[in-house]
Amino acid sequence: MKLYDYILSPDCYTVRLFAALSQTELALRPVDFHPGKEHLGPELLRLNPAGSLPVLEDGDLVLSEPAAMLVYIAEKAAEDWLGRTAPDSAARVQQWLGFSRRLSDNLGGARLCQMLLYPGDVAALQLAGRTALRELEAGLVEQDLGGNGFLAGPNATIADIACFAHVALAPDGNVDLEPYPAIRRWLRAIRSLPGFIEMPGIHRLHELKPDP
Amino acid sequence: MSLNPMIDQWYPVAIATEVTQDSRETQLMGTPITVAGSETGIPAVTTAEGRVLPVRLRFGHVWTSLGAPEKDLFEIEEADQPGRRLVDVGVVRVRCSPLRAVENFLDIAHFPFVHTDILGAEPHTEVEDYTVEIREESDEVWATQVKFFQPQAAKSAEGGITTEYMYRVPAPTCSILYKTCPPRPGEWDVIALFVQPLTEELCDVWPWMALFDDDSDLTDLIHFQQMIFLQDRSILENQIPSRLPLDPGKEIPTRADLTSVAYRRWLKRHGFTYGAQLVAQ
Repeated sequence: MKLYDYILSPDCYTVRLFAALSQTELALRPVDFHPGKEHLGPELLRLNPAGSLPVLEDGDLVLSEPAAMLVYIAEKAAEDWLGRTAPDSAARVQQWLGFSRRLSDNLGGARLCQMLLYPGDVAALQLAGRTALRELEAGLVEQDLGGNGFLAGPNATIADIACFAHVALAPDGNVDLEPYPAIRRWLRAIRSLPGFIEMPGIHRLHELKPDP
Repeated sequence: MSLNPMIDQWYPVAIATEVTQDSRETQLMGTPITVAGSETGIPAVTTAEGRVLPVRLRFGHVWTSLGAPEKDLFEIEEADQPGRRLVDVGVVRVRCSPLRAVENFLDIAHFPFVHTDILGAEPHTEVEDYTVEIREESDEVWATQVKFFQPQAAKSAEGGITTEYMYRVPAPTCSILYKTCPPRPGEWDVIALFVQPLTEELCDVWPWMALFDDDSDLTDLIHFQQMIFLQDRSILENQIPSRLPLDPGKEIPTRADLTSVAYRRWLKRHGFTYGAQLVAQ
């Protein structure tokens, strides 16, 4: 499996993270997104006319939607992560996978404007991002009340992974996470997963010294 | 902070090769400016009132000044050395004081904690003694004989090595780092941080490199440096106070911070205080 990858892209990291968690091997093909805009060059546009990253290639299969990549990797190597334990949890996974696309647009968009000087209406993107974060916070609180720590049940699924990076990197786009305690607890739970890997802006949990 | 001596300094405002396609609306020390391509190949930099600012094309970037620089732009000899690859890493905006961005770049002690398993690793956290001086003749801050154990010092490094560093501050918002060059012992890799002060608490950072590395893909070199710098960004945006304190009181330096102390002292001596906090609060 070959991932056309950009080190600073939350969507690319989402796929790298899930590959690490599911012990799936990825061949990385770095793309000079910034400053080179290689994703808009002929080679990449032929592969993905949308001009977005990441792109996942496996034989004849070419995927450009991160959620589809997570499904593919999970089906091959980590079915537990699909959340198909009950109709409602399977539906919740799909619900949050769709929601993750909104995060990519608003929080991801705000981050590109604030960090790499992409054109865009930063204030509108930040507002849309905050609206989405409130929805996520409410979803997590609801799950907490039912005794579940993750978006679709007691265990992490691809839905959590799909939403994680854009939320964790929201401060890069000047969107504060202080108002959302359930989100912060959830971020920490994901960072504690065995096999977790970091990206610039998302630091690993440092080992705490044991009590004396 | 009007009439700060910093207006007479040179600042990077664009990547030279990018200006040919688009003009860039930006600002310098609170003053809106336009960087526009021209038929002569030398970009034109103007203020909103139409004042034409001086321009230099050097180190892959367009440089300008709002004032009347006494000295020409500093030199980096390695920029003209044959065989080096010159890498424009690309702009990154950071909500921090331009002086904070440079000061963080000069800090060695944070490597194991922020750039874990790349530029440093626990338990190798000790910063050995090194030499810091303000060189009077060139009027630059230099730190030499800096040594640090690094798991992956450069894209071209295989496994951990003890890397030797030199740090140089030739201008208030520019810092140049010379480090052991794994494939070419005896030469230094050059990594520079050119900072464009937008306001006292906002800057555009333009990292640039001149490396001996014939093997790595250009994209890999860019991504390595972007990864390192973006690990710093979230920390820079959360420093308190957001401006760099030049007087003792708020922050207590340790021996490992000698370069930072010299940098602050040098800034204060010249009145380079745009982005600084002067009175300890």
